[in-house]
Amino acid sequence: MTSGQFDAVIPIICVTLAGLVVLLAEAFRRKGEHMPIGGLAIIGLLGAGAASILLWDSNAESFGAVTADNFALFVNLVLVGVGILTVVFSSQTVDRDRLPAGEYYAMLLFAIVGMMLMGQATDLLVIFLALETMSIAVYILTGIRRDQQQSTEAAFKYFLLGAFASSFFLYGIAFLYGVTGTTNIERMSTAIAAQSMSGNPMILLGIGLLIVGFAFKVAAVPFHMWSPDAYEGAPTIVTGFMSTGVKAAAIAAFVRVFLKGLDPMIADWAPVLWWIAAATMVVGTVVGVAQTSLKRMLAYSSIAHGGYILAALVVGTDVGKAAILFYLAAYALTNLGAFGIIAILGTRERANDDLRDYAGLWHTHPALATLMTLFLLSLGGFPPTAGFIAKWYVFSAAIGSGYYGLAIIGVLSSVVSVFFYLRIVVMMYMTDRDARPIPPPVHPVAMGGLVAALIGVLYLGVLPTRLIDLAQQSISTIF
Amino acid sequence: MPLGHYLVLSGLLFAIGTAGVFLRRNLITLLLSVELMLNAVNLAFVAFGRQWGAVDGQIITFFVMTVAAAEAAVGLALVIGLFRHRESLNPEAFTSLKW
Repeated sequence: MTSGQFDAVIPIICVTLAGLVVLLAEAFRRKGEHMPIGGLAIIGLLGAGAASILLWDSNAESFGAVTADNFALFVNLVLVGVGILTVVFSSQTVDRDRLPAGEYYAMLLFAIVGMMLMGQATDLLVIFLALETMSIAVYILTGIRRDQQQSTEAAFKYFLLGAFASSFFLYGIAFLYGVTGTTNIERMSTAIAAQSMSGNPMILLGIGLLIVGFAFKVAAVPFHMWSPDAYEGAPTIVTGFMSTGVKAAAIAAFVRVFLKGLDPMIADWAPVLWWIAAATMVVGTVVGVAQTSLKRMLAYSSIAHGGYILAALVVGTDVGKAAILFYLAAYALTNLGAFGIIAILGTRERANDDLRDYAGLWHTHPALATLMTLFLLSLGGFPPTAGFIAKWYVFSAAIGSGYYGLAIIGVLSSVVSVFFYLRIVVMMYMTDRDARPIPPPVHPVAMGGLVAALIGVLYLGVLPTRLIDLAQQSISTIF
Repeated sequence: MPLGHYLVLSGLLFAIGTAGVFLRRNLITLLLSVELMLNAVNLAFVAFGRQWGAVDGQIITFFVMTVAAAEAAVGLALVIGLFRHRESLNPEAFTSLKW
């Protein structure tokens, strides 16, 4: 055994250890004793982030199934950011909702373990295991408010459809294994290229089943039905975590499997994904307009954003791949910020996520109203925010490769989406507050997290070149 | 026996599981249907492994069984949670979220 064999999994090990320590800390905690369990989680995440930075450019590989190329490390860093922000915002919600802190943070960390492994895995079987590690932890997080029927119900729906989609995904792996004799992505690509399998029904079936599995996880139309329900029923901060982390991890694996392993079959799957991406952008936006619950509205917005990312995947050029990475980072910061604010404004009894709850927020919480406005503008794609650059990058990639249809649908749907983001803004500033109780004061740690997310959003909006360069470097090493 | 026979059986089991998820009206049966789907996939893996003359397919099956066990644990826990709220195993009883 060489010393370098474990290098690629060090970030994953850091987070796993942190998760185990958190569980132990909870087990040895005396009743009523207060422990900074969230702090332990942040230490583990920072360790994983540091390890990812140290591994940059090393192209380490472990066990022939896990790699630490720059693409995976970039996704790791996004996930570390998602994790830290989630933990920071949870400082306000865990005590308020009386969640079991140990289990909550441990599940959060184990979900991140699965997400990181999804980005790093180079073997379909390991991707499946990572997907399940992530999903099972997220099912539990969704249903962690056991006293609320809504939360349990959301968890069960998510669980049932998630397990259902996982078996489609696995069936797809089985067919690809049957045709190529391997589950390793690179060897699979070589095997497919060597014997020109275009039109082989078994491999087409396998690809189709894999698309169903992935489309479910990124909530792409027509496999998006679970997401508004799961997003609405889950505790708000978990919704933020799901809509950014799960999406980022699933997209990372999607890119690796389709643009590396199944690249020789691109002519067969690209048209299917074209339609899925277009339908996802349109349905996410149009149905989102009709929502009155903020969480559901942002759930549909998150579906639409998944569509933009899929559009970049269909383009599949180097610009498209870099655009995916940039979009993931920009979207994670923005969306977590927005969900963080909704989570902070909630109370133990109610999530306070109705559009009416935001009437006159400017008069009671001017700081939160300003932050929310900026996050919503970024989601809508206004300059000078990260969301604008991310969308511009995706659409320019599409136009650069002649995908005019996708670019036009994307621009139109993002124009429509501006309507529902601005509706919230109008509600906050221009409507009088009716007789509702004033939301509780904001925890300083959570406020710090919100400001950090905002700085990130503005930084990426004004000076995006650094991150774009990094994204381009990341994809050049593997494809 | 040729590979085709195994694949047809696996496809049939998978289809029965899929139909069960959509048609059955009992939370426990829904879980069983998903398990049936996973086991149909296991059968396909073993058959393909035999065809390639490698043990990979059979090893993968162990991983899948482990995952299925973990899923069943979480799924049953959620069913118990739901039952405590409504004293019912009928999915129609749980409609606080729009489907």
